[in-house]
Amino acid sequence: MRNLLVFFVRHYFFLLFLALESFAVIMLVQNNYFHRAGFMNSSNAVVGEMLEARDEVTQYFHLKEDNEQLSKQNAFLLSRQASSFAKFTGTSIQVKDTIYKQQFEYMEAGVVDNTVYRRNNYLTLNRGSLQGVKPGMGVIGPEGVVGKVLQVSDNFCTVMSLLHKEAKVSSRLKSDGTFGPVSWDDASNYRSATLRELPTHAKIKKGDTLFTSGIGDTYPAGIPVGIVESFGIKSGDQYYTAKVNLTTDFKALQYVFIVKYLFKDEKDKLQQETLKNAENAK
Amino acid sequence: MLSEILRHAARLVLLVLAQGLILKNAEIGPYINPFLYILFIMQLPFETPPWLGLLLAFFTGLLVDLFYQTPGVHTTVCTFIGYLRPGILRLMSPREGYEFGFQPTMQYMGRSWFISYAAIMIVLHHLFLFFLEVLSFHEFFSTLLRVIASSGVTLLLVLVVQLLFYRRKEAA
Repeated sequence: MRNLLVFFVRHYFFLLFLALESFAVIMLVQNNYFHRAGFMNSSNAVVGEMLEARDEVTQYFHLKEDNEQLSKQNAFLLSRQASSFAKFTGTSIQVKDTIYKQQFEYMEAGVVDNTVYRRNNYLTLNRGSLQGVKPGMGVIGPEGVVGKVLQVSDNFCTVMSLLHKEAKVSSRLKSDGTFGPVSWDDASNYRSATLRELPTHAKIKKGDTLFTSGIGDTYPAGIPVGIVESFGIKSGDQYYTAKVNLTTDFKALQYVFIVKYLFKDEKDKLQQETLKNAENAK
Repeated sequence: MLSEILRHAARLVLLVLAQGLILKNAEIGPYINPFLYILFIMQLPFETPPWLGLLLAFFTGLLVDLFYQTPGVHTTVCTFIGYLRPGILRLMSPREGYEFGFQPTMQYMGRSWFISYAAIMIVLHHLFLFFLEVLSFHEFFSTLLRVIASSGVTLLLVLVVQLLFYRRKEAA
């Protein structure tokens, strides 16, 4: 017993280090399951307030860019009005008002914090659970895809930017509709990303536009992602790998939209039931 | 003593705020992410008990993680630096030990001592931080470039802060 005490006293510094470091590493590892790490984040109220206070000052420095972006945004919205509605046909009786049912809802949000030069970049937006934001919702900007909501506090939410090691967007080629995931591999350039696993029969060409595929329920289909800059097949690969210029200028983002998929609950329920029935049938 | 503690607390708050609200968004380039806040850990007095230094470093990391939305990353790195600091100071101590009342700043310890001390602390911190962030050696050279460029800029900032805020003591 005495020896044990002596051991603790002699090595207390190392033991303290081990304890603190394990605590930190646990925090680090848990963060990988990002939805669980709710206890520490910049949607944390105090830091959120501070970021917003800073934004109050700095927003005056880019009023001109904001105006340009807003007018572009208006044009974008006008051109998108019809496409955020899905057509429901096939029923025997069609009442005029129910032909179209709204599928996606957009909520505008201001960017209070944003980075582009880190390996893993995040945004903080000034909308939170009180405004109906939920983790997993998509975020798009006036020029294209931005990211996905990670965590939500009362009045703020954090967004995993597309400029993140773990971010992926399923994208479709405009020319022939084949799709593959776009991810951010070249961390030195925030304007460019990589399209992978595009089947070799795809008719890809330089300058082709990539849109979101609408698979998954984060983004509506047809939101611009990027423009193909160059492509090729790496030796030993069965797929095209393409370099893509992202349409969104992440550095200039001031206002974005949070996308709410209105049929999410219905769709999730159906998918879960299908899985459950399939398991029961076994 | 109390005023000394207050001075360190104020330095911690100012450095973390400068880091989280200004430097984080300065965004100079893809390879340059300076982390000036470790100046707080560097400037803890020589007489700080190791356990206190370790706890303070841990706490600093937590605060910075709040701003960087990276639970654990800076905490892990700072705790590690806090653990290494007493050893580094021991290695760099003059033959007769540190004089009582001296501080690890340029005005007390001289330019060459301070620059090498700062460089060691900064490079260790950045090396560990950037590789932890990527968590693989997959992008080895781009990460290494990041470490070198960012360390250089951080060192420059540290020296600027030293020259601005710690005037050489006038010979009385």
